Amino acid sequence: MTNPLTQLASGPSRSIAWRLTLLLTLLLTIAAAGTVIAALSYGQTAATRAFDRLLTGAALQIAERISVVEGETVIDIPLSAFGLLSLAAEDRIFYRIIAPGGETLTGDESFPLPDTSGNSAGPLLYDAEFSGEAVRAIRMQRFLAERAVRGPITVIVAQTLRARSELANEIVARAVIGVILAGGVTLALALLAMHLALSPLRRIERAILARDPKDLTPFSTATPREVEALVAAINRFMARLDRRVGAMQGFVADAAHQMRTPITALRAQTELAMEEDDPRKLKTLQRRIRDRAIGVSRLTDQLLSHALVTHRADMATLELIDLRRVAVEAEREARRTGGAQGIALDLPADPVMVRGDAFSLREAARNLITNALAHGQPPVSLRVGITPEGKAMIAAHDHGPGMKPDQLARIGERFARDASNPQSAGLGLAIVAEVAEFHQGSIRTARGDNGGFEVRIELPLVITPEAAPNPEDTE
Amino acid sequence: MTQTPALRLTAVVATLLATSGICRAAETITRFEAGDASTDLVIASVTDLDFMRPLIDAFQENNPGISVTYIENTSNNLDASVSSACTDREFFADLVISSSIAQQVRLVNGGCAREIGTPVLASLPDWAQWRGELIGLTYEPAVMVYNKAAFASEEPPRSRFDLIDLMRQSGSLNGRIATYDIEESGVGYLFAFQDSTEASTWGRLIEGFGRNSVATFCCSSEVIDRVADGRAYIGYNVLGSYALSRADNDPRIGVVMPTDYTLVLARAGYIPREANNPLAARAFLELALSPRGRTILDGETHLLTPLSGPVALAGLGAGEEPALRPIPLSPALLVSLDRAKRAQFLSQWRKSVTPPTP
Repeated sequence: MTNPLTQLASGPSRSIAWRLTLLLTLLLTIAAAGTVIAALSYGQTAATRAFDRLLTGAALQIAERISVVEGETVIDIPLSAFGLLSLAAEDRIFYRIIAPGGETLTGDESFPLPDTSGNSAGPLLYDAEFSGEAVRAIRMQRFLAERAVRGPITVIVAQTLRARSELANEIVARAVIGVILAGGVTLALALLAMHLALSPLRRIERAILARDPKDLTPFSTATPREVEALVAAINRFMARLDRRVGAMQGFVADAAHQMRTPITALRAQTELAMEEDDPRKLKTLQRRIRDRAIGVSRLTDQLLSHALVTHRADMATLELIDLRRVAVEAEREARRTGGAQGIALDLPADPVMVRGDAFSLREAARNLITNALAHGQPPVSLRVGITPEGKAMIAAHDHGPGMKPDQLARIGERFARDASNPQSAGLGLAIVAEVAEFHQGSIRTARGDNGGFEVRIELPLVITPEAAPNPEDTE
Repeated sequence: MTQTPALRLTAVVATLLATSGICRAAETITRFEAGDASTDLVIASVTDLDFMRPLIDAFQENNPGISVTYIENTSNNLDASVSSACTDREFFADLVISSSIAQQVRLVNGGCAREIGTPVLASLPDWAQWRGELIGLTYEPAVMVYNKAAFASEEPPRSRFDLIDLMRQSGSLNGRIATYDIEESGVGYLFAFQDSTEASTWGRLIEGFGRNSVATFCCSSEVIDRVADGRAYIGYNVLGSYALSRADNDPRIGVVMPTDYTLVLARAGYIPREANNPLAARAFLELALSPRGRTILDGETHLLTPLSGPVALAGLGAGEEPALRPIPLSPALLVSLDRAKRAQFLSQWRKSVTPPTP
């Protein structure tokens, strides 16, 4: 059987805080990367838009100042247009104004026109390359409808991209700084929140560490809902430990006391025997010593059995077992240890299934037999069946008068033995009672209709669909 | 070159082009040889050599291994040479310095310049640099000079309003006003164009010029010559550096910084894309703006620097704080060079001012 505690301890021991930190950092990094990518594209767009407006404004101002005076096209480039473009302080400016006929009226004659055919009358922004540098240009047309000059005058204004890329870079740089700052603050806050959220765990940890090793009372520390189950499990475990330690201490105390008396008596009888010369009396003494020794041996046996059963009550896993099989094995074992000749087995034809620990149940059955043999009258039989109430039961039946009323009242108590019988250890029925209890069953006594006495354990019956008789079970 | 005897000076004066209407159609090439010259720095400039010589001397003191070739020409000629070199991607000079800053801006805008890459840029005010390729080296106000004898009995004009009033009131100024020929002089055109954008006084001013038969000249020095010898009483829009240095030695002339506003020009320099020796050119620019260079430029040449200029000029004002308006090195200057715009502006000028027969 693997201990769940060792399993826990040997598993990956990365802390929750570490995992959360890792996840949060990962999450924030992804978010930050996304924002930066968005900022890159946004920065480009924003810078392009902002400076495209300058271009448009300048082109509009220039176009507005084109007029026809006395049949001549007059171009009066306003200073303000260039002032506007100079807002991009570091950028070179190009312009070209083309007459309806196609000849360049003023500006850079070689400045490239947009690729598309000029079918659209609206302003057209385009990228080009001029004078060894990439430029952004606008083409705007103004229709002159004078007697002398008729048709579209094309105004082209262009600017290099230095201010645009500076603005874009600035936007991106600010975004990146902002993202980094926000990310850092978020991470710090998240870590703080995590620290606070996990503090109950540390409190519990401290409480466990600070606890006296002998203190097995449940934790009363206030716990968050998430770890309530954990603390409850710890508390249950502690309670079990407490119970076990208590039982162990009680048992040791009882055992010491119970062992001391018969051993003292045994020693006194041996001393008597050593001084006795009369062979007849000596024989009597020897018999007594032997009885006493058997008693001590049985006591030891039962003490160990009791200890085992108690241990299993806490640790054993319950499995589906057939009481008939328990009876068969208990009878076989009782016979092997001697003194249990002529026990009749009274088993039903169908399996009687219970959920339990085979070893404990076998011990209980064996003790039932031993008890019947020790205190009852033969013939003794071991019976398995189903009570009228629908419970599974296993019982030892003898033909004696049965227990006295005061004994019945104390049935199942430890060391409630028959003082007149030196071979009785007083633990047999206590074991039986304990096994019954841990199987959610009970110990009962009954008197047979045709005389005799019966001690039995009643257990919850498990009805299985495939409770068909198994050849092995019915041997 | 008395300070550095190791250097020999050879002056080669070559008359290359004699375009009609240009007073000095000459390209002057001067070489400052270094002892064992390993490299050569070619400076193309419109600035008179006398103004630049102290700076060149200082430069060669710092860099004894570099000989300097100084090409001097009028602004328009220089612009033409530099432009065609830029278009053909040929070497013309390692450093181009010109007072015709609109043309300088156009050349830089056309991609003819390269990044200067000097930490000095950071100390310059924004208006005195563009793109890290063009930097302003001087701080020269556009001033009025007057003949002191002519104004012995009355106050010389302190502002454009004074000048306009004076031109309207009496006929005494008829033929006695001298200014740039803005069709020939880049600086003259620039000052005139800036005047036209700066205030509404421009229209009245040229009207007065026309009424008083203004005389126009290619260069500041000629305007100052006229005023000094009394052929003219007032010279309008003269470069302050020339006027102030001349006034230092010539008691006949006075200098006025107009109180309504005073335009300030920073001679601009850039290193051409095809420069052979950009490192030397950069060293020269750094020297010009270094404490030593500032001392030289603030000295008798009165060129000043963008860094020291405002303080130096504030002290010159006759009691009143001058309203200094530096012309920023920015692409807005391109407007003045626009073909159509220039044609309109010049036609307006011609209509108002009848140019004198040469």
